Amino acid sequence: MNRDNPLVLGIETSCDETGIGIVRGRRLLSNTIASSMDEHARYGGVVPEIAARAHLEALQPAIARALADASATEGRQITLADLDAVAVTSGPGLAGALMVGIGAAKALAVGLDRPLYAVNHLVGHIAADLLTGDAVAYPTVALLVSGGHTSLLLVRDLTSDVQMLGETVDDAAGEAFDKVARILGLTYPGGPEIDRAAVGGDPTAIRFPRGLSRASDMAEHRYDFSFSGLKTAVARWTEQREAAGEPVPIADVAASFREAVVDVLVTKALDACARYDVPRLLLGGGVIANRRLREVTVARATEAGVEVRIPPLNLCTDNGAMIAGLAAELIVAGRPASSLQFGADSTLPVTEIQVAEGVRA
Amino acid sequence: MILGIDTSLGTAVAVVEDDGVVRSAATSPNPLGHAEVIGDLLQRALADAAFGPIGATGAPEPVVVTHVAAGMGPGPFTGLRVGIAAATAFALARGIPLVPVASHDAVALEVLLADAMSGEETPRFAVVTDARRREFAYTVYDGLDDDGLPVRVTEPALVPRDDLDARLADLGARRHDAAAVPAQLLALVAARAIAAGRRVAASEPLYLRSPDVSVPAPRKKVGT
Ligand SMILES: [Zn+2]
Repeated sequence: MNRDNPLVLGIETSCDETGIGIVRGRRLLSNTIASSMDEHARYGGVVPEIAARAHLEALQPAIARALADASATEGRQITLADLDAVAVTSGPGLAGALMVGIGAAKALAVGLDRPLYAVNHLVGHIAADLLTGDAVAYPTVALLVSGGHTSLLLVRDLTSDVQMLGETVDDAAGEAFDKVARILGLTYPGGPEIDRAAVGGDPTAIRFPRGLSRASDMAEHRYDFSFSGLKTAVARWTEQREAAGEPVPIADVAASFREAVVDVLVTKALDACARYDVPRLLLGGGVIANRRLREVTVARATEAGVEVRIPPLNLCTDNGAMIAGLAAELIVAGRPASSLQFGADSTLPVTEIQVAEGVRA
Repeated sequence: MILGIDTSLGTAVAVVEDDGVVRSAATSPNPLGHAEVIGDLLQRALADAAFGPIGATGAPEPVVVTHVAAGMGPGPFTGLRVGIAAATAFALARGIPLVPVASHDAVALEVLLADAMSGEETPRFAVVTDARRREFAYTVYDGLDDDGLPVRVTEPALVPRDDLDARLADLGARRHDAAAVPAQLLALVAARAIAAGRRVAASEPLYLRSPDVSVPAPRKKVGT
């Protein structure tokens, strides 16, 4: 195996995106994403069984397209036989969805007789940044925000030292956008809808609560997030308006809600940067698509003397390239492959960067 | 040689020669844990196949798999998908065709071959497997056709557990409960289908149930 610059195919199926990516070391060759988002729209959120069915359907065409794209990037034919290793997300995520990727990855590895690296989805989001050619230096604080997770991490070394500072205790930020969108009569996914609705709205019109931000929360939940109270506050506020027979100022509600989410995310992230004396913040996860979140982060980080890294959006959303990229780092670091016995772990802790490490490749 | 993979009940992997001689079979009866065991079972089945037919003691020889037979169910969805995903990926890895097979066909062929060996006539019968949620999945069969494939009288369907016997009585079928799907028979169904140039199952899993979801009701008041 080429351990200096390994050619790795990564499979990511932890939520509603079937991601197949191919990297050569830190060079991104292809990043194929098939999303089942549209199929979830009428349910207002990701339905695990629908996501898992869609992964199975997308698998073969996505792998074929990833190979074609990688061939185009390299200017020569890349086939599965060229791979040095296979990588797969083993958690955290939706168990039934993860299992589709795991079944495929194991058979691919056995069929090709190549080592398999089972890796952590959240750490994968950090590895995505390495594929930009302009990666953040370590240590860095990382804020990962999506429909499935909201996590604040301290990364000292991508392959050996990632620490969870805090995460959501209830809804993920993306989920909060989806639920509030429904309250406001908007469609799924909520993020872009709230953004559209917030145009022209006053973000200071309504002071919605900032979850886990009181002085009394600082001892135990300094870096944790909670969005369920915020969602309830928005519902209550709109109901009171409706009950009073007054119109609901959708733009103001949307802008004020979004501001509450953004404020708490950025405040806690920058607090972590200050406390750990790490002047770098890396963003990841699909909610990074939210322009207001990016603007506020950059503005306030600059004020605080913190450098912000935001990878391109197709590397921020769930994707297979980040999984391949993380495995490539592990290979270059000399780590042995995973054994074949691992399963899906929907609550895999971030400290487990690689799962079932064992067989020296 | 044909690699058979079925995860509609437990996890079963086997390698058979084109004429049905079984090279290897590796199974886990656990109705869960498909994702955990599939890699090892695949590896073991391929390694064992190199030593010739089961029971032979020859020196290892290369195993050239030409087709992958995938058990398409019916079966509990989460586990079923692991096997289909694995079969799909293995076929891609080797650049060989995937042959979808209805999982009940494998059990049916096993029943029919066993009776044929003992010279018995097999009356019309139904392969019955647990479909969870107080239901059974069943498929009714009647003999072998000229290609040596089991003749399906009904397509796979679900029935409430308490209604099964009445349903089978109506169909005139004897009940055959199956607790496992033998991957070697699945591969043999595929081998016979390939030899006859026939497609015996669609490439979609036999889910038989819609995803268990409902469109959310209009939002409820949270109260004040
Ligand atoms: Zn993610």
